Amino acid sequence: MLQDKDRIFTNLYGLHDPFLKGARARGDWDDTKALLARGRDAIIQEMKDSGLRGRGGAGFPTGLKWSFMPKQSDRPCYLVVNADESEPGTCKDRDIIRHDPHKLIEGCLVAGFAMGACAAYIYIRGEFYNESVALQHAIDEAYEAGLIGKNACGSGYDFDVFLHRGAGAYICGEETALIESLEGKKGMPRMKPPFPAGVGLYGCPSTVNNVESIAVSPTILRRGASWFSGLGRQNNTGQKVFCISGHVNKPCNVEEELGIPLRELIDKYAGGVRGGWDNLLAVIPGGSSVPLIPKSICDEVLMDFDSLRAVRSGLGTAAVIVMDKSTDVIKAIARLSKFYMHESCGQCTPCREGTGWMWRVMTRMVEGRADPAEIDTLEQVTRQVEGHTICALGDAAAWPIQGLIRHFRPVMEERIAAYKSRGAKPLPMAAE
Amino acid sequence: MPKVTIDGKEVEVPAGSTILQAAEAAGIEIPRFCYHERLSIAGNCRMCLVEVEKAPPKPIASCGYPVADGMVVHTDSKMVRNARRGVMEFLLINHPLDCPICDQGGECDLQDQAMGYGMDHSRYEENKRAVPDKYLGPLVKTSMNRCIHCTRCIRFITEVAGVPDLGATNRGEHMEVGTYVERALGSELSANIIDLCPVGALTSKPYAFVARPWELTKVDSIDVLDAVGTNIRVDARGPEVLRVLPRINEDVNEEWLGDKSRFAIDGLKRRRLDRPWVRENGKLRAATWNEAFAAVAAKLKGLSGDRIGAIAGDLCDAESMLALKELMAGLGSPNLDCRQDGAKLDASRRDFYTFNTTIAGIEEADALLIVGSNPRREAPVLNARIRKTWLQNGMPIGVIGDEADLTYAVTQLGTSAKTLGALVDGSHDFARVLTAAKKPMIIVGQGALRRQDGAAVLAACWRLASMVGALSPEWHGFNVLHTAAARVGALDLGFVPGPNGKDVDTMLAGGVDALWLLGADGFDTARIAAGTFVIYQGHHGDVGAARADVILPGAAYTEKSGTYANTEGRVQRGFMAVYPPGEAREDWKILRAFSGIIGRTLPYDTIEQLRARLEQVNPVFGHIGYLPRFGCTDPNGPASEVKALADAPVVAAVTNYYMTDPISRSSPTMAACVEAQSQQASPALAAE
Repeated sequence: MLQDKDRIFTNLYGLHDPFLKGARARGDWDDTKALLARGRDAIIQEMKDSGLRGRGGAGFPTGLKWSFMPKQSDRPCYLVVNADESEPGTCKDRDIIRHDPHKLIEGCLVAGFAMGACAAYIYIRGEFYNESVALQHAIDEAYEAGLIGKNACGSGYDFDVFLHRGAGAYICGEETALIESLEGKKGMPRMKPPFPAGVGLYGCPSTVNNVESIAVSPTILRRGASWFSGLGRQNNTGQKVFCISGHVNKPCNVEEELGIPLRELIDKYAGGVRGGWDNLLAVIPGGSSVPLIPKSICDEVLMDFDSLRAVRSGLGTAAVIVMDKSTDVIKAIARLSKFYMHESCGQCTPCREGTGWMWRVMTRMVEGRADPAEIDTLEQVTRQVEGHTICALGDAAAWPIQGLIRHFRPVMEERIAAYKSRGAKPLPMAAE
Repeated sequence: MPKVTIDGKEVEVPAGSTILQAAEAAGIEIPRFCYHERLSIAGNCRMCLVEVEKAPPKPIASCGYPVADGMVVHTDSKMVRNARRGVMEFLLINHPLDCPICDQGGECDLQDQAMGYGMDHSRYEENKRAVPDKYLGPLVKTSMNRCIHCTRCIRFITEVAGVPDLGATNRGEHMEVGTYVERALGSELSANIIDLCPVGALTSKPYAFVARPWELTKVDSIDVLDAVGTNIRVDARGPEVLRVLPRINEDVNEEWLGDKSRFAIDGLKRRRLDRPWVRENGKLRAATWNEAFAAVAAKLKGLSGDRIGAIAGDLCDAESMLALKELMAGLGSPNLDCRQDGAKLDASRRDFYTFNTTIAGIEEADALLIVGSNPRREAPVLNARIRKTWLQNGMPIGVIGDEADLTYAVTQLGTSAKTLGALVDGSHDFARVLTAAKKPMIIVGQGALRRQDGAAVLAACWRLASMVGALSPEWHGFNVLHTAAARVGALDLGFVPGPNGKDVDTMLAGGVDALWLLGADGFDTARIAAGTFVIYQGHHGDVGAARADVILPGAAYTEKSGTYANTEGRVQRGFMAVYPPGEAREDWKILRAFSGIIGRTLPYDTIEQLRARLEQVNPVFGHIGYLPRFGCTDPNGPASEVKALADAPVVAAVTNYYMTDPISRSSPTMAACVEAQSQQASPALAAE
């Protein structure tokens, strides 16, 4: 249970002035020069000690990622901030940008300095128009106040921050597709290796970080790694912004410690599940890409990377999508399949062909217009996609279906049997 | 060099190699669709997945994964086979089952690999995807349902051909390869995407539904429609040449082939001379060989040698030119010329008229000056090599001549030949660029040499090359880019006016009474003086034949075994794929037979004897396919004045790529290309 004194995003709800004056009052930009004066290695070490894991979904240790950047480079280095928040159910970066943009900008400077970057490119989702305007205003403020730009914060370090708006493709949230898009090309993921730390934006060493990972870094440096690692659980340290949506009484974003029980998170902050906890059917705990977990698991599970991994799901972006018993869970997952089919870039074979196949089978599963054996075929198809693609979108398309089959296979079989018993007619529609 | 173990075999490969390359070094073939060694790596087909020990427990795309020392790779484990089967299933779910009517059948990568990794039935119950076919011009036929999105075509057109015509629109399963706005591909190399396409999505339009690959006889040959000497394979069925495909030759064409060379072959079936003709009372009449020979012999009898002349055309093989030269010698004539366009080529030294840097050598160059040439139209395959080099090192390229898109960035130095003078006297900035370069190159085209001041241009280019350090024992940066396949061979044989001999202009202007044209009609035949008796020996009823008094039907390049020296001076040999039509004969045999009739029998009865003689005349003809790189040991230039440079604009020799010679002028496919390109250049307006 996170105490108020340990909150990082103290203006998450936008109750105060989001811009420079308000930000300074909340402690941002407080002697950033001194932070930089610690030196690159010290900053990276502090980040490593804090145990911060990337907040974009994969949970890769942030300090370690920064340390991959070359110490000496004859080419410029770049920090790229991934603000292309498109994962269904996720809306944490948007609120950070809206209400605490200076945390992000200060984070850019600190992180950029730590990795020897000359500039940060913030790639913001195209649909976030108002947010981009607000963020640009904040960037302008910071330039004017000398916090970034030439001799940023009087540290003698030159650092630029550029804002770039995307054009509305989910795949551009994948780090290499984002780089491609930023370069003006079609947003298609690149093969790895080479990793961005070697060959990234414009062929130069780059690091792509999520907004939240960057925005928490100045506070971690100010308050110390031990403070941050004291929050949460072993190997899952710190706090995190959770986004709770779906069948809850009060959907919200909330900053909490990692490792908080899912039930407590929902009951305490989101006003509980609609119709009470016993009305819960399943929860997608980390944005649409991760497998759902049924109520039996939700009763006990803790919200952190390793606990959710242990129940074969994932923390992802910590976007908790709650589904009560009124949900047609097959239809819900079929909708996600459609999303992934629509957002597949079409570059590599398994994802291009597999996402369409999965969606088509899923739409039939919704009606029950299928053979029970097709459930196994569908499962195999997801396995043929998973792990065989250039980027993780293939995995993200496969996992929700795998979760569905794992936990709700009887529901799917019932649906098929019901369809058969009706004499193989499609389900009546409401308007019909 | 890292050592890797692939399927138990240890190989050592250069650092930076990919697993796929290492596997190839170990003799293990990894299936692939999107990977192509001459294109950038896309890694999107996922067919080349392999298992790497101590890597993440998932299959890795071998085409783009660099090897590391001690890496252990399995290319045929259970995981790998399953992964490939999965990928194959995905490729096939939306691929139509139309192999029986697909032109790729029998040479289709997908078909072949489906035998290895495909299932015997489909689990896909849904409808297959339908994709509208695209129009890509008169050469490339599309069947986009078959496309597996490997993007080889896109990468070729973008990277090698250097035009922005092809790309993918939409995403996911709606991704389509196309030209955005419907248009014909604007590249002279466009048809190479037919070869690159691993499935039947892109096939040859003129060859559609014509034959199956196993019906064809395949003969190695050399292309003669430009001077690059592209190595080709001629596929024929019975008496017909059905298609031409490139062969791999790293030193010449890599594996590319120009569209004209590939598709002008339907011109081999049209307007052919298939029997001798004799002009009687102003009209040509069909004749027998004996009548034709008798008519020529009668004319030549009593003519003194210096009233007889011979001009060799652009498509001739060295054998027939040698036979003609020796026939003329027998007749006592010094009047020979192969420069029918009037190019002021200097035959006195081989490096005055060849592409000395060599085509492969272009890749070492770091600055380039092009004078009076449009390599894109004159030698598209060679142009691709220039583009490749430019992409790699961004070398500065200057052009003297008309402005054109050469697929790489050039500095337009001016159109006047005087600009060349400014470079030679050092007053032009680009002279410093060339001087600063370690390996500068100068390419002079036929457009600059066939002018009145051509000799001065040649001398100026040589002097400039010498000045900027392009002529050293290690590097020869002086290059003549020819447009005619026969030219270098003819110059090597000394097919130029002998002592007191007459050149083309003099011969045409009435300098001779009898003129033997060996496939020569690359000039305005109205220039031939009215009284001149013209013998046309060739394969097409083009302008030369129309002016002739006697026509001797010869063989086209696919119908004879011939030796050619390309613009580099590389001597290569093509073989006979089909017989000449009707009564037409191989050209050297015609000349040999005629020499017997007039009692000056040439001393060879077989092609082997003729080739032995060829080697005697010039030893370069003894080295087939082999061309040693050489520097310049004698910097003394061609003997002519640099001062005589005229102000007139320098114009490239080839203005219409698709029609340059009798074969391509007879080709309906080439005519369709001209039409498609001209329509694109000036589209019809709505009001018209």
